Amino acid sequence: MALPTERPIPQAPPDGAAATADTKPRKRGRTVPPPTERIPVLRWARENLASSYFNAFVTAVCLVALYYIVPAFVEWGLIDAVFTADSHEDCRAASGACWAVIEEKHRPMFFGVYPYEEHWRLVLAVMIYIGAVGMTMIRRFWSYRILVPLWLFTLTSTLTLLWGGVLGLSAVDTTQWGGLPLTMVLFSGTIVVGFPLAIVLALGRRSHMPTVKAVSVIFIESLRGVPLITILFVAVNVFPLFLPQGLEFDKMLRVMVGMAVFFACYEAEVIRGGLQAISRGQYEAAEALGLGYWHTMTRIILPQALRICLPGIVNHVIAAFKNTSFVLIIGLFDMLTATTSVLQDPVWRRFTVEAYLCVGFVYFMFCFALSKYSHRVERWLSEDKRF
Amino acid sequence: MSDISKPEDQARTGGSFLYNQGFRSIAYQVLLGGVLAYLAWTLYANVNANLERQGIATGWDFLNTSSGFDIGESVIEYSAADTYGKALLAGILNTIRVALFGIFFATILGVFMGIARVSKNWLLSTLASWYVEICRNVPVVLHVIFWGTVIHLLPSPRKAMVPFEGAFIMNRGVVMPFPVYDPAYPWVGAAFVAAILGVVFLNKWAQRRREQTGQYISTLWAGLGILIGLPAAVWIAFGAPLVWDVPALRGFNFQGGLQLSPEFVALLIGITVYTAAFIAEIVRSGIQSVPSGQIEAARAVGLRPSFIMRYVTMPQALRVIIPPTASQYLSLTKNSSLGVLIGYPDLVNIGNTTLNQTGQAVEAIAIMMVVYLAISIVISTFMNVYNRLVAIKER
Amino acid sequence: MNEQTPDTNSNTAADTAAIHLVDVNKWYGDFQALIDINLSVKQGERVVVCGPSGSGKSTMIRCINRLEHHQRGQIIVDGIELTDNLKNIEAVRSEVGMVFQSFNLFPHMRVIDNLTLAPMLVRKMPKAEAEALAMGYLERVQIPEQAYKYPGQLSGGQQQRVAIARSLCMQPRIMLFDEPTSALDPEMIKEVLDVMVELAKEGMTMIVVTHEMGFAKTVADTMVFMDQAEIVEIATPDIFFTKPKNERTQLFLDQILTH
Repeated sequence: MALPTERPIPQAPPDGAAATADTKPRKRGRTVPPPTERIPVLRWARENLASSYFNAFVTAVCLVALYYIVPAFVEWGLIDAVFTADSHEDCRAASGACWAVIEEKHRPMFFGVYPYEEHWRLVLAVMIYIGAVGMTMIRRFWSYRILVPLWLFTLTSTLTLLWGGVLGLSAVDTTQWGGLPLTMVLFSGTIVVGFPLAIVLALGRRSHMPTVKAVSVIFIESLRGVPLITILFVAVNVFPLFLPQGLEFDKMLRVMVGMAVFFACYEAEVIRGGLQAISRGQYEAAEALGLGYWHTMTRIILPQALRICLPGIVNHVIAAFKNTSFVLIIGLFDMLTATTSVLQDPVWRRFTVEAYLCVGFVYFMFCFALSKYSHRVERWLSEDKRF
Repeated sequence: MSDISKPEDQARTGGSFLYNQGFRSIAYQVLLGGVLAYLAWTLYANVNANLERQGIATGWDFLNTSSGFDIGESVIEYSAADTYGKALLAGILNTIRVALFGIFFATILGVFMGIARVSKNWLLSTLASWYVEICRNVPVVLHVIFWGTVIHLLPSPRKAMVPFEGAFIMNRGVVMPFPVYDPAYPWVGAAFVAAILGVVFLNKWAQRRREQTGQYISTLWAGLGILIGLPAAVWIAFGAPLVWDVPALRGFNFQGGLQLSPEFVALLIGITVYTAAFIAEIVRSGIQSVPSGQIEAARAVGLRPSFIMRYVTMPQALRVIIPPTASQYLSLTKNSSLGVLIGYPDLVNIGNTTLNQTGQAVEAIAIMMVVYLAISIVISTFMNVYNRLVAIKER
Repeated sequence: MNEQTPDTNSNTAADTAAIHLVDVNKWYGDFQALIDINLSVKQGERVVVCGPSGSGKSTMIRCINRLEHHQRGQIIVDGIELTDNLKNIEAVRSEVGMVFQSFNLFPHMRVIDNLTLAPMLVRKMPKAEAEALAMGYLERVQIPEQAYKYPGQLSGGQQQRVAIARSLCMQPRIMLFDEPTSALDPEMIKEVLDVMVELAKEGMTMIVVTHEMGFAKTVADTMVFMDQAEIVEIATPDIFFTKPKNERTQLFLDQILTH
């Protein structure tokens, strides 16, 4: 948010002379400057805070509210807060926030019950993952030749690091996976499995074959009508019953598939919107050239449709990231579950709020960055000559 | 391989039937149906076999057996001796209760924040956009569990916070004064409904009158008068019964008044604050979706600002706002299932307990899903009807 | 897919006929869009179809490559009858190119990719060969310099010429034009018509739905006039423009030629 003083406000050139390259002051003739405040800050304040009596009143109300809230928070969160503590007693003694709880508990919060001496593997995996996400966001790398190998490498290397069992790494069972890496795995899995499924469902819903269409509609609408929790319950409690005796699936995998299916149903509706926006002429031109259904879809229709509905797609990707936290209910140790269970520790229990704020901040950073980034991509696409 | 097709006989087509368009379509569909049917049958058989092996009963008999667990709060009378069926009903009602309150408050907060975001006042719009960004970029699970934690850190009943006389906020929830029930109240409620209908008719009349005579009649004050006056008159006619049930501290707890459990309050705040952020964004984009040319055109023909709002801006903005808001209401209702995290006895919570006690996972989860699906269908049906009413007819 | 022989032959189709329509009828719901259409187009013949809007001109030529399907009657293209048989449809479409009123270029692909897509995917042509072919056709429509631009960067006339080149890349024996100049600004109509005239000179079999009567007079071997879902008149241009038999034709010509 730009501070008022930082905003470059031109000194109201009345005749536009200052804007031209001509530096010589010209005769102004009979023109006079507009009747406004000449001091930029005051002018800005008048226009944005007190343009009318009502506006000034609103400003006053906001200021009063801020006066009551901000100092109290600053006092609690900064002035009286404890940032490092030798023991919980230091925190108990202070009246402010106890940020020391994060220092004390950050390992189990972010890495869960993963074997303590193997945490370096998780750090490395998270770094590779974040690096790959960062690279993917840079426009220059947007090509199949770079992104596909990049993500193949990222997924295999991070999963190898997590799983172990090869290259001298000790094997770690998925039941011990936890914290931020688990959040990452669940999120990636949801997208990787869910997105292709979403496309299939969206195409199915647009199909001319009544049975295919009906099956897609019923599938999408019934899953959209129930909470994610119930789908996770199915994955955990009911799915094992579906399998013949002796066959078992990893719990984490089941949960991930459940989340992917849920994600796919929402994303399918977004993609359907994009498909509807493509004109009939595109289908006809492809048909007249002799392209078959799959070539028409993959080469002509989907590339355009996905671009049109990109904002909606990103919204649901963000939602999928936030939804990974639902595993708290069924007891997988993602970041939030790990934090919750770590702070069962009676000594530190009082400071759960601080820990939650920290976890919330991590979620916020990711989601906020992604949504800001998607706005930028939208701008790129709207400037793109292809449309 | 080629049978010769005569002009008058299109049905008999040339070539192998494998390449026949109609045949292929049917074949794919039969294949899909077959695969699904096979899948369903296998799953059904597997479930039955597994349940039998584990010695878990099937069927709906458990609904009629005594549950043996208590429910913290319930709209209907309920005790541990009652059946699972009744427990689940209590859970459904609790879900509906928290969802209705949530929809109400989220709408108010969301509309306010949405309007604040497009305000000309820089301070207000900045604060509103901070609110929106922070609340919608944090998972709703965290919202709920955060408020569930915070509310338990509040002072005990003896040191409760008092926002106004008779109301108390503390770690046991929120209590506030509430009118004692009187037989007059249903009549007052009926009078209020009648007043709403009256206002609708008044507006219709005023509109017809304006169309006939061209004279504009403001129905604002008359309408407000009817809305307040009619119920008030009924209330006074019954002798103005009003006895406040004021909560009072007895021992360690408050008795009387309106008691809201901490779980209810935390869940309500969590889902309200989260959903309101999304509604705010919807309202903002709805208002901004009305092209400025529309307002200029209205101004150019000399409409008053209030008329512009009512006849030009709002109808167009609502068209953009209603459908996504409806889906936010749906997601709020579904998110109310997070009550299970903090011990609010909603449908999922009670269903989960039932599941754990009886082991009948399939039935318990089926009940949850069907109920939510039914709620979703009801809300979306209502919203579709409303949407059709406000939709602008386009070619 | 190229090896299959036309497995349907009609007892009525002459050997030289490229396109043969026999008693074709089509309905949209209850509305009859084509009534008993009979038309025969010889190899290398140029047919111009005209008529008031809504008369079924577009529907007729869209039936010829199965963008619409007719409910009754027979359509035979190059000896292959159009039925529900997917192989037949595929075979006909590879013989028949189509140019649309609204160009229908693929906006997310460069011009060159628009041109090479179908040869590579349908004809399984190697990329280099397809690109050489595409450049050849772009030169024929006189815009080789636009090959690496996106359709959105081209003018309407250039886009329509690209669309023609795209159809030609499939090396069709028959070209259908569905009002190719109706969506163009007046100053661009000529550049598109010039390309079409060139094509006609090379002996391409063409069916053109258009209101450009000057073009019709130059290239048409046969004029077809349609009104209210029927073919009202089929004649050579000199008869058609000077002494049409049907008064509906006369009325239509009076309306469009007086300006």
